[in-house]
Amino acid sequence: MPIKSYLAHPHTGKKDELIKALSLIQQCEVMPAQNQDVLILVTETENKTEEATLKEKLDTIDSLKLLAMVSGFNTPQNN
Amino acid sequence: MYTSITNRREFIKKMAVLSAMTAAATMFPGILFAEEQEKGIPNSANLDWKKAPCRFCGVGCGVLVGTENGKAIAVKGDPKSPVNKGLCCVKGYHSIMALYGKDRLTKPLVKKNGQYVETSMKEALDLVASKMQDTIKNHGKDAVSIYGSGQWTIPDGYAASKLFKGCIGTNNVEANARLCMASAVTGFLTSFGIDEPMGCYEDIDYADVFFLWGNNMAEMHPVLFSRLLDQRLKRGVKIIDFATRTTRTSKAADSSILFQPQTDLAVANAICYEIINNGWVNKSFVDKHCNFNKGLTNMGYGLEDNYKFKDKPEKINFEAYKKFLEDYTPEKVSKISGVSVKDIKYMAALYGDPNKKVMSLWCMGMNQHSRGTWINNLVYNIHLLTGKISTPGNSPFSLTGQPSACGTVREVGTLTHKLPHGVVMNKKHREFAAKIWDVPVENIDPKPTYHTVEMFRALDRGDIRFMWIQVTNPMVTMPKLKRYRDGAKKEGRFIVVSDIYPTPTTDIADVILPSAMWIEREGLFGNSERRTQHFDQMVDPPGEAMSDTWQLVEVAKRMGYEKQFYYKEETHIEEIYTEYRKHHDNKKHNMAPLEVLKSQPGAMWPYVDGKSTQWRFNAKYDPACSNGEDFHFYGKPDGKAIIWQRPYEPAAEEPDEEYPYWLNTGRVVEHWHTGSMTRRIPVLHKAMPHAYVELHPNDAKRLQIKTGDKVKLTTRRGEIILPASIDQRGVPAPMQVFVPFFDENLLINDITLDSFCPISKEPDYKKCAVKVEKA
Repeated sequence: MPIKSYLAHPHTGKKDELIKALSLIQQCEVMPAQNQDVLILVTETENKTEEATLKEKLDTIDSLKLLAMVSGFNTPQNN
Repeated sequence: MYTSITNRREFIKKMAVLSAMTAAATMFPGILFAEEQEKGIPNSANLDWKKAPCRFCGVGCGVLVGTENGKAIAVKGDPKSPVNKGLCCVKGYHSIMALYGKDRLTKPLVKKNGQYVETSMKEALDLVASKMQDTIKNHGKDAVSIYGSGQWTIPDGYAASKLFKGCIGTNNVEANARLCMASAVTGFLTSFGIDEPMGCYEDIDYADVFFLWGNNMAEMHPVLFSRLLDQRLKRGVKIIDFATRTTRTSKAADSSILFQPQTDLAVANAICYEIINNGWVNKSFVDKHCNFNKGLTNMGYGLEDNYKFKDKPEKINFEAYKKFLEDYTPEKVSKISGVSVKDIKYMAALYGDPNKKVMSLWCMGMNQHSRGTWINNLVYNIHLLTGKISTPGNSPFSLTGQPSACGTVREVGTLTHKLPHGVVMNKKHREFAAKIWDVPVENIDPKPTYHTVEMFRALDRGDIRFMWIQVTNPMVTMPKLKRYRDGAKKEGRFIVVSDIYPTPTTDIADVILPSAMWIEREGLFGNSERRTQHFDQMVDPPGEAMSDTWQLVEVAKRMGYEKQFYYKEETHIEEIYTEYRKHHDNKKHNMAPLEVLKSQPGAMWPYVDGKSTQWRFNAKYDPACSNGEDFHFYGKPDGKAIIWQRPYEPAAEEPDEEYPYWLNTGRVVEHWHTGSMTRRIPVLHKAMPHAYVELHPNDAKRLQIKTGDKVKLTTRRGEIILPASIDQRGVPAPMQVFVPFFDENLLINDITLDSFCPISKEPDYKKCAVKVEKA
């Protein structure tokens, strides 16, 4: 049950577009900075397969310039 | 931020968010996630929200703390607070986690045969009172002392001052704010005759240019810095970072100008030279509202025990001052400061431009300075010469590092020479305090005793035998620490430490008293902009932990001062604050009533006719102005501020052949001062787990040192080995190194120097000479 957090950097002028795109993905939680062009992205997936699928989805987002992982945790299945 | 640990998965998710926020905060100075913070807060109908000022710096951000089932589980910025307008920094987000470290002190501990033994609070307080009485009986009243803090609440400091100065009759009362803002106090007193900034944070919304004098605001005052950045986005204001080291603030500023340590004195004079030379003086303002003075020079550095200094101000005229400044032409100053002539002229032109409002901000860089009072005076000179003062946006503004350095230490007066109103040397002030305290006036000693460094020297010498330390960690923060640690451990000394966690200071204690922290008790703090803020008790303290105020009251009663400490446990904060207000019952300093402070996010003194005063000394805003003019600097008898002739003088110890580098110390964004609380917050500790030494890349290359390599620093006081940090967060100038002081396992203060400003007695933590080697 991986939980990961990232700093997501949008392309110039594409912050709102990126927020919208990420918000549409079920496993993603987005927290945009109020005064900088960067967002916190927290992903929560059930297993590695789902995570790999999510990664593929993220790679297709045009407004996303860079995704930098900050932390990654695994939790027991039952929690 | 939020800490409800209802299940492991939720907790981990929150840790992931906090890790990202911390990383973002270190990459983007002043970054904010305020709107999203609300969404992450537990959505529980039972959550009870109450306001409090944050306790993790002097800015005084308003926070709302959510409690459920007796536990603080959420915190968010208070949108009603004019200080932070709903924003919070990383320390604020995590603040409530500091309440719940695994090793909280919950029972009093008494040292017996070298071992700490648990005892009841009653027995511990009995012991403290009897030891203090025995010490007074055997060694005199000046053998007992209390050392407090800018993290003391106002009632803590008031109870301490009343007990020691009013009842016991010793002026052995000091606080750690001596180490961080005493030079700001003496700067205000010498220039204006009255303490604390004339302006307020709202100046940020009006200023066109911001000068940061040795002030890494992005890390130390992130919420205020975000307000500067916000103004740049909205209005295109300029931010000038004038410092000795490249920091995150420098990177976010419009201009980063580096100067050689200590030469800010010369540069400030050069700016004044340029202002006069270019005809930018606001002549009518200076003629009406300013005098010119000079003081003694070559004062020394306080390195020897029992060092004494008293300045002798002498009036001079404008022409004499102008002549003095001829030694500070940009060309001459450039040679000693390393600042280009062009940059000096650029800074002077910004200050001198009559169409630009200018705010100067500073904190430890100017205050922890062996000529700290002088450099404070010199920045005021710039603002006074140009008349850019006491109006919205024109504001010389000294920031503080602790939540109540102003409210408790400066306003209550928990320094050896101070009373809540005035000073112990003044007979009328003593009479006034004695009447309110209900003590014979003879009780209050007219002579100040020891400032902080000298107090610890007196403990080492044996002149002081008993010391009670509350809410502070001097065994990490004292300069030339080894001497004072060894002194505190000597036979015949009795040390009481009130704290919430074990620290290197509790290690030297004979009695450890567990304290209630922040919202575990009711209290009040006073921030940098003269704003007093109240907070309720929201949760119970753990075990037998007790507020520092009530510890003092209990000991006072045991010592026979029941009459003066008449307060009831349920209402003592209200009773103490109401009594304290009587000391400031005048138009220049009136404090808001408690019911006002309970109903809103603070009020700024002087609070007159139901209104806070935002800009002092300006007749338009300040009801205490009474001279019929636009401005009235009423702290001085003739109502005029003073422009001081203060020269450049070198630091106490400068690099030489044997110790060729400058050593500078300071803080990091993740940790609150000595880290005793923030190092117990996992996400902050993980983000910044240990101290390090920053080197300039060229020095590192020459010494073949890479990031992570061990580096040996040696000064005349000793040596320490630290991991290197090259081109990471901060970059010192060539031949300078920087070490943060938060890490109790790597005590940089073992090798710093205890020189201090002879006027303020504040140590210079920013400058001593050091040898740097690959270990």
